Amino acid sequence: MELIKPDLGLLFWMIVSFSILLFVLIKFAWKPILNALKERENSISTSLTAAKRAKEEMAKIEFGNEKITQLAKLEKEALLKEAKELKNKILEESREEAKLEAKNIILEAKQSVEHEKNLALNEIKNQIANLSVDIAEKILMQKLGEESKQKELINDLVKDIDLN
Amino acid sequence: MYKLLLNIFIVLCLSVFHEVAIASENTNEKEIEHSEEQGENHAEKEGFHPGDFIFDHIRDSYNWHIISYKGKHVAIPLPVILYSKNQGFVYFWSSKLEHGHTHKNFKIAQKGSHKDKIIEVNQSGEFVARPFDISITKNVIAIIFSCMLMMYIFISVANTYKEREGKAPKGLQSLLEPLILFIRDDVAKPSIGEKHYEKFTPFLLTIFFFILINNLLGLVPILPGGANVTGNITVTMALALFTFFITTITGNKNYWSHIFNTPGVPWWLKLPLPLIPFIELFGVFIKPFVLMVRLFANISAGHIIVLGFFSLIFIFGNMSTALGWVVSPVSIIFTIFMSILEILVAFIQAYVFTILSAIYFGMASEESH
Repeated sequence: MELIKPDLGLLFWMIVSFSILLFVLIKFAWKPILNALKERENSISTSLTAAKRAKEEMAKIEFGNEKITQLAKLEKEALLKEAKELKNKILEESREEAKLEAKNIILEAKQSVEHEKNLALNEIKNQIANLSVDIAEKILMQKLGEESKQKELINDLVKDIDLN
Repeated sequence: MYKLLLNIFIVLCLSVFHEVAIASENTNEKEIEHSEEQGENHAEKEGFHPGDFIFDHIRDSYNWHIISYKGKHVAIPLPVILYSKNQGFVYFWSSKLEHGHTHKNFKIAQKGSHKDKIIEVNQSGEFVARPFDISITKNVIAIIFSCMLMMYIFISVANTYKEREGKAPKGLQSLLEPLILFIRDDVAKPSIGEKHYEKFTPFLLTIFFFILINNLLGLVPILPGGANVTGNITVTMALALFTFFITTITGNKNYWSHIFNTPGVPWWLKLPLPLIPFIELFGVFIKPFVLMVRLFANISAGHIIVLGFFSLIFIFGNMSTALGWVVSPVSIIFTIFMSILEILVAFIQAYVFTILSAIYFGMASEESH
């Protein structure tokens, strides 16, 4: 059976050509191909890791942003509250002050009015006194111009005086 | 996908036409040979001999027969290189030995234990010796061609990898990259283990693609395909020898201790009579032997079945022409089916040979645990 009988010549050529093939392919084909594949895989895996890390970082940053916004919000609210309080306080204070001022002004006004009134009264008093003196002078002039009249008056006066 | 199907279809069409052509020419050839050699070779009977027809197609030969037309053979003569004790090294073209001619006292034996091999004869035509024969036969040419093809393909792919560094694969590179990755990640890595697999991957890739390409070329009937390389026991023996030697050379202490002092076995199976070590040592040689036989038998069987279907046409055709015409479409359909199956087998056998080699390497380099 030739079919299952190995042939030495063919075996020789097969081993020679396959050895050459093996050597050439390992040196010039498989090494560069496998290296390139490995390099590509490495670069892919490193880029994937980098992408993942970047994503995580982004998430972290986003979280931070949110936190900052939250804080800012809180701060804003606090500020607003404070401002409101301050406003109220200021308003209260100014109101208080205004009240006091108003009181003072009123008091002063009262005092000055009193003073003015007194002055005016005094002046009126003086004028009335002067007028009365004038009137009295005139009346006296008229009444006491004639002798008879003077006597009459004296009589009247004397009559009035009750000498008891 | 569409392109792939189209290519397969073309290959199949070619293969079918070729086989028909070969088969028809073979009947002529047989008859002519017969009439020529009637004087000295009277054992053969008239007509079509499917056995001879099939074996003529799957065995190695000294020339590359292309076509015979109306009794004229067109064959590429190949160099015959012989070394005999009487004449030393002798070289000539195989065309000198065609049709049973004797050249420089050498002829191709027609019968006997050296049938279809070159033998040395004396002046009266009697057998003297079988010379040391390193002729460049059909299979040698096919092997050299497939080696050149592989070098061309993979070196150009390697250059593409260098040129397109870090980019997505393209063209031939993207066709072969899945296969390369398959061998590396699904054959070498799990069978050999993370630690040692890189050392063996190049060899595994080489045998995988060598077997695959030769299996596929064996299915292509026209030149440069058509030689039955991986269905030749010598070729599969050489491949198995490579696996055997690599396994043996890289075998570590743990591997040898598993063979000669198998752990977990009762001492009385080892000590007075080394039964288990004997079986284990036998297994070391059985493994490559099985590799050799499996590939050879699978590929040869496929070729034999395809050729058998064609033989049917001529067996029936010899009975009556009409019957031959009736049988031929059936035969062709069966052959197409078989050829498709053979493409599958081409991949499976390349894969099986590679994964078994990988498993043997894995055993050889396994660390003790």
